[in-house]
Amino acid sequence: MERRKERIDRGIKARSADIFALTSYREMLYLLIPGAIPVVGLLCFSPMLGSYWREVIISTAIYALLAMSWDMLMCAGLLSLGQALFFGIGSYLAGSLNYYAGLPPILTMPIATIGGGVICTILLLPVLRLRGIYFAMVTLVLPLMLSRLVEATRILGGTEGLTGLTPFPHPLIALFIIQLALLGALFGFRRIMGSDYGLVIRGISDNDRSVMSAGLNIYWYKAQVLFLGSSVGCFAGAFGTHMDMFAGMPGFALDYSIMPVAAAVVGGVGTFAGPLIGAYILVPLSEMLRALGALRIVFYGLFLVVFVVGVPEGIFPFIQRKYQQMERWVDVE
Amino acid sequence: MLLGTLIYGFVNSAILALLAMGFNLTFGISGVANFAYGAVYIFSGFSVWVILNTLALPYLVSVLIAILLAALMGLAIYYGVIMRIKGMPLSEVMATFGLGLAIMELFRYFNFVGFRYTIPVFFDGSFSVGDVYIDYQRMIIGFIAVGLTAGLYLFTNHTRVGRAFRAIAQDERTALTFGIDADFIGALSMAMGCGLAAIAAVVILPLGTIAVEGGYEVLINALAVCIVGGLGSTMGILVASVLIGYSQTITANYLEPHWMMLVSLIAIAIVLVVKPSGLFSHQKELEERI
Amino acid sequence: MKDQAPLLRVSGLTKTFGGVMALSDVGFDLHEGHLLGVIGPNGSGKTTLVNLITGFVKPVAGRVEFRGKDITGWPPYKVVGEGISRTFQMVRPFYQLPAFKNLIVPLYSPRVKKLAGGRYGDRSAVALDLLEEVGFERDAYVSYKKAGALPQGYLKRLELAKGMALRPDLIILDELFSGLSLAEVASIVPIIEKLKHQGKTVIMIEHRLKELFRIADRVMVLNYGRKIAEGQAKEVMESPAVKEAYLGSEAD
Repeated sequence: MERRKERIDRGIKARSADIFALTSYREMLYLLIPGAIPVVGLLCFSPMLGSYWREVIISTAIYALLAMSWDMLMCAGLLSLGQALFFGIGSYLAGSLNYYAGLPPILTMPIATIGGGVICTILLLPVLRLRGIYFAMVTLVLPLMLSRLVEATRILGGTEGLTGLTPFPHPLIALFIIQLALLGALFGFRRIMGSDYGLVIRGISDNDRSVMSAGLNIYWYKAQVLFLGSSVGCFAGAFGTHMDMFAGMPGFALDYSIMPVAAAVVGGVGTFAGPLIGAYILVPLSEMLRALGALRIVFYGLFLVVFVVGVPEGIFPFIQRKYQQMERWVDVE
Repeated sequence: MLLGTLIYGFVNSAILALLAMGFNLTFGISGVANFAYGAVYIFSGFSVWVILNTLALPYLVSVLIAILLAALMGLAIYYGVIMRIKGMPLSEVMATFGLGLAIMELFRYFNFVGFRYTIPVFFDGSFSVGDVYIDYQRMIIGFIAVGLTAGLYLFTNHTRVGRAFRAIAQDERTALTFGIDADFIGALSMAMGCGLAAIAAVVILPLGTIAVEGGYEVLINALAVCIVGGLGSTMGILVASVLIGYSQTITANYLEPHWMMLVSLIAIAIVLVVKPSGLFSHQKELEERI
Repeated sequence: MKDQAPLLRVSGLTKTFGGVMALSDVGFDLHEGHLLGVIGPNGSGKTTLVNLITGFVKPVAGRVEFRGKDITGWPPYKVVGEGISRTFQMVRPFYQLPAFKNLIVPLYSPRVKKLAGGRYGDRSAVALDLLEEVGFERDAYVSYKKAGALPQGYLKRLELAKGMALRPDLIILDELFSGLSLAEVASIVPIIEKLKHQGKTVIMIEHRLKELFRIADRVMVLNYGRKIAEGQAKEVMESPAVKEAYLGSEAD
């Protein structure tokens, strides 16, 4: 008797579809647990950590935000190899506002986020008309160039950067701010991409000619996505500035460009939860391997290659599939 | 001053052209992403150093071996990585970028850092033109750049293999129906591109030390030239190199040297506003590609 | 009817691609409610004409006027906003999405919002209605199937639905019948006739002349980028220039 493997939805998934989920607590839990895990894990467990691991978690959250910003851009077909651009611009904006104008974090961060988003969007607007590859090239080159520019012209603090900036009033406040931002980005982006607007965005990435002939101005939509993604990246930069009380050239470091891409590829491109998971795997891992120094970037690079080639789907879709579907052997008729 | 600017501007342009050529061949002309370009450059430099200092082979032999190694590396990258993700340009970019990064930082990890990592020039000494001294190495760079540019132009326009390179970038399926083995041509293009990176490394690196940062510089410069000149156009690379090269030299001589980086940035900015796909680019804006 | 201003007026339209003269000095008038057939051998510039009218390509010379407004060189989204929509010769839906979700994107466009009085309404429901209009059976599962799993006949209907979703005044169909069996064509023709009855203006680029001539009011023939004939189907096909274009001339 020949058998084959069949994959079907789990019983509980079928039972929790639509309004039937309200019939029992088990179904409701099934639906709520995946969303609850990051919320509970991030908000409830993290304050209990010691100060060293708290710093690691905050650092991870920053990278996770960058990774999610990357994923958002990727949904519209914009491959960004320079998340550091957004981080650096957000960082310098917040730093400058704090250093030169004396504004407190509660003002610098919103201004840096929105203002940074506007600046980055305007900066990259001309490239939107070209193929995705150009976007990748320009985003790769810009942060590296801007960094060298600052070094050469010695503006904005030059190589030393802007130091002595205002920190957050309490480390736990910093923790909550970044975690809340992270959760907001996660659920917000997933909501957006799950709506009809998200369909349009994915359509632009998939088949832009079709969207153009449907009467939509794809550049306007790409610009919107660019603004969304870059604002989140600038927020991460602004946060990092007040976290380290420093804004400088390291804000444009390659680290901030590569890590989000690696995290997203490992976790699953396009899922937003994937980059989050990827970041929470890669960053603590690399922290534990910190003794190996420059090996960290080797590590990200290799992860990137291995996952792009070998596991293109990523971890999150795998987990999601296991959660929602089961496999079983059936007889072949 | 003027003569010096003219001559050193030429050398600077030649350096930029050399750096961009290999990248343009693979990515611009054949459509195969090779963002590990900088890594191959550095790798070639270090290969020459290692061969020279540990195997003590003659200089010319070391250089040839290094170029060969680079070409083999290109083949390895193609068959090992690109073949598995072909057709998805974004994935190719990410994967080769990650690979390049890993390689470069690996060198840094194994402590290939320091002033002792230099490779010698071909001919020592310099000669003078007017009241300007120019060393032989720089003249060699100039000649090789000109020669390679001309050679590349002839190759991509007048030889079967070169035209095959362009064919697979335009429409791979149609190329296949013409009997062009797209995989092999792609691999060849990658190998040649890496070989060109090695040639560039071998003539340019003697001017200074081999540093991992150089790999990133190479990628930035190659990308800048390609963005300004237009991916895929040998003429564009030429013009862009001359434009940026001379602007940089003029800035260094008549203004302040540290504004040189600004030049590339301004060039990119202007190009993005005026003609985003590059000065001589064949790429049309989105609408025209329907 | 004749002295009424034409809905679409094209004059002197010219386009070159590199060294190739794709379209040379093509012009015609189209009145509201008519169906114009555009025919000609392959490579005669028919699709280029569509691309020029709908803004996917900018002309080298010439004008396109819609309702008296000069829309030459307007980007596609603006042309759609005026009321012109098109289908593509090479059908490429969003393969991963169900058929009805393919229509969400056109239903998201500003024109639909404007025509519906400022609100979009339930796009999924409208999509399903649209699909029913083009022949997707309502009670069957076919509207929910992934577009990648649909046969060509349904994909062509989907393409037509996408054009109709934008509620255009002028719809341009680029080789809609290609790749369809006689039965499938026979089932789509009533849909196009219904469009005409609703007062819509249609331009059809076609190779299947018999089916086209049954519904076309006028026919225009292109060859090597030039217009070589225009008029009633019968007289156009009698014209020697058209015969030569399709069949070649007699060997001496």
